[in-house]
Amino acid sequence: MISSLESAPIDVLHWFLGLLGSFGVPAWILAIISALIIIGTIIGVFLSLFALTSVMERKILARVQNRYGPNRAGPFGLFQPIADGIKMITKEDLVPRTADWIVHFLAPVVMMVPALLVLAIIPYGRDMVPAELDAGILYFFAVGAGTEVAVFMAGWGSNNKYSVLGAMRAIAQMISYELPLVISAIVTAMISGSLSPSAIVSAQGGFAFGFVPQWFALTPWGFTAGLIFYICALAESNRSPFDLPEGESELVAGHLTEYSGFKYATFFMAEYVGMFAICGMFVTLFLGGWQAPLPFLDIIPSWCWFLGKVCFVAFTMIWVRATLPRLRIDHLLAFAWKFLLPMSFAAFLSAACWHYAGRGPLAWILSLAIVGIPYLLLGNAFTNRFSVSRRTYLFSE
Amino acid sequence: MIFPGSGILKGLAVTARNFAGSYVEKDRLTTEQYPEERPKLPEAARSFPFLVYDGDNPETGMRCVSCKICEKECPPQCIYIIQDRDEAGKAIKRPKVFDIDISVCMSCQICVEVCPFESIRMDQDYELSSFDRFGSLILDKPKLLKSNSYYHSIHPTEAAETDGRIEADRLKKEAAAAAKAAKAAAPSVVSASSSSSQQEGKP
Repeated sequence: MISSLESAPIDVLHWFLGLLGSFGVPAWILAIISALIIIGTIIGVFLSLFALTSVMERKILARVQNRYGPNRAGPFGLFQPIADGIKMITKEDLVPRTADWIVHFLAPVVMMVPALLVLAIIPYGRDMVPAELDAGILYFFAVGAGTEVAVFMAGWGSNNKYSVLGAMRAIAQMISYELPLVISAIVTAMISGSLSPSAIVSAQGGFAFGFVPQWFALTPWGFTAGLIFYICALAESNRSPFDLPEGESELVAGHLTEYSGFKYATFFMAEYVGMFAICGMFVTLFLGGWQAPLPFLDIIPSWCWFLGKVCFVAFTMIWVRATLPRLRIDHLLAFAWKFLLPMSFAAFLSAACWHYAGRGPLAWILSLAIVGIPYLLLGNAFTNRFSVSRRTYLFSE
Repeated sequence: MIFPGSGILKGLAVTARNFAGSYVEKDRLTTEQYPEERPKLPEAARSFPFLVYDGDNPETGMRCVSCKICEKECPPQCIYIIQDRDEAGKAIKRPKVFDIDISVCMSCQICVEVCPFESIRMDQDYELSSFDRFGSLILDKPKLLKSNSYYHSIHPTEAAETDGRIEADRLKKEAAAAAKAAKAAAPSVVSASSSSSQQEGKP
């Protein structure tokens, strides 16, 4: 029973392929069908997750503000995504007369493609990786960087000053945050000795003292790198408090200003799927991937654990959105270059010390010191730099 | 030396408390779920005018005597009155047509203040939207006439005052009538002197 539930998705696929094979379908067609089924499943799961999140996000934000949130469409407002979808599809698809319409049209497509492509290398469960790449993490960041092109295409193709300003901000922000993001991800690759996501997950397997999971997020360097990765993930998926590119208080909607109807919906979808992809990567790298947090919880299938962890991380992102106000662009970039980047180097060093100090109590003290001291120093310098001082008037008073 | 990031943690704690609290403490959620829950309107709330009638029959109990003061005083001129006439063509103290165009009415309550017969009062009904632009936004007599007991149910204090005033007027009138009857029974000296004084008053 347990093993059957664990491998249920794969068993169903193999049963179906075997059924087709018994009808005399050639092997190469079976391979294509298998790939298509896997792709369809992943896209289906993530798009329904997107639909669910779009309503859950609104409900969570509402609850934080002591409101009810959407509760009219269907039970508990769960059909809200359908209503939103109908609204989006039936809206007029506007293209400005002076826009570069090819670029304008292609931008949402280009945005969607990397968001879906990066889903290929995430290990969703035990032996459930759609594409087992040795350099999976490299692939993830290389393909994921494609969204930056799409954002700039959207801004440039719209021929609108707000769009271009938003796109420029987006480029500046994404490139700045890509650096600490990649370095903090490299730390995990360094410790586990592989760029393959499944190898990184299996490096986090096992339990210390029989019950403490050996996830990277539970070590000093892993906690630091994970936090940096999380912050950069927020910035990469353009989520609050880093949603400056579409800062509606100053830039109408940034690169989305000239988009309406289904193109806008595509952008929205791509942003959410990208958010889930990066949440999945975060879970894979730092939260032990599909591994259960306690030994006896193994009875729940691994893919359920993965899904649960991704949903939890997505929930924290919504929680952060409900809490923090938007940053100013210079603060945002200064934060990336002057704080996150040095801290990710510190995490890098700390991980190296952890490894060479034998991963024991000494390693704990050393690596904690290496990330802790720079954190306190840099953090205080940063807080003083941006703290609000009492305003003094020279002539009045 | 402070611990960097403690402010963010405090903020997260506040939002988490609000998030969890909204599921536990029901009085945190102040939103009224409108079609299911309706607000208890304050007594002074008002929307558009209506006509009060006494008793059970709207036609006979109508207080309005078609004096047209409200029609004349109405700033946006949303009231339209035609006086009723009998077969002989003699005017009756009763409106034949009484229309209020609530698409024009601005709920100023001036008609209520000028009405000498306590006939026109402000309603509290606010669900008046319709798909029909003209017909249903012009309230005619059957739609406007509402009973005194309805008036008591929406504005209890004001209705009690009005009833008291009407009762006082009635008593005063009765007293005056009684006095007149007494006067008529008395010798005609008084009336003669009064008519002579009127004549003297003329230049």
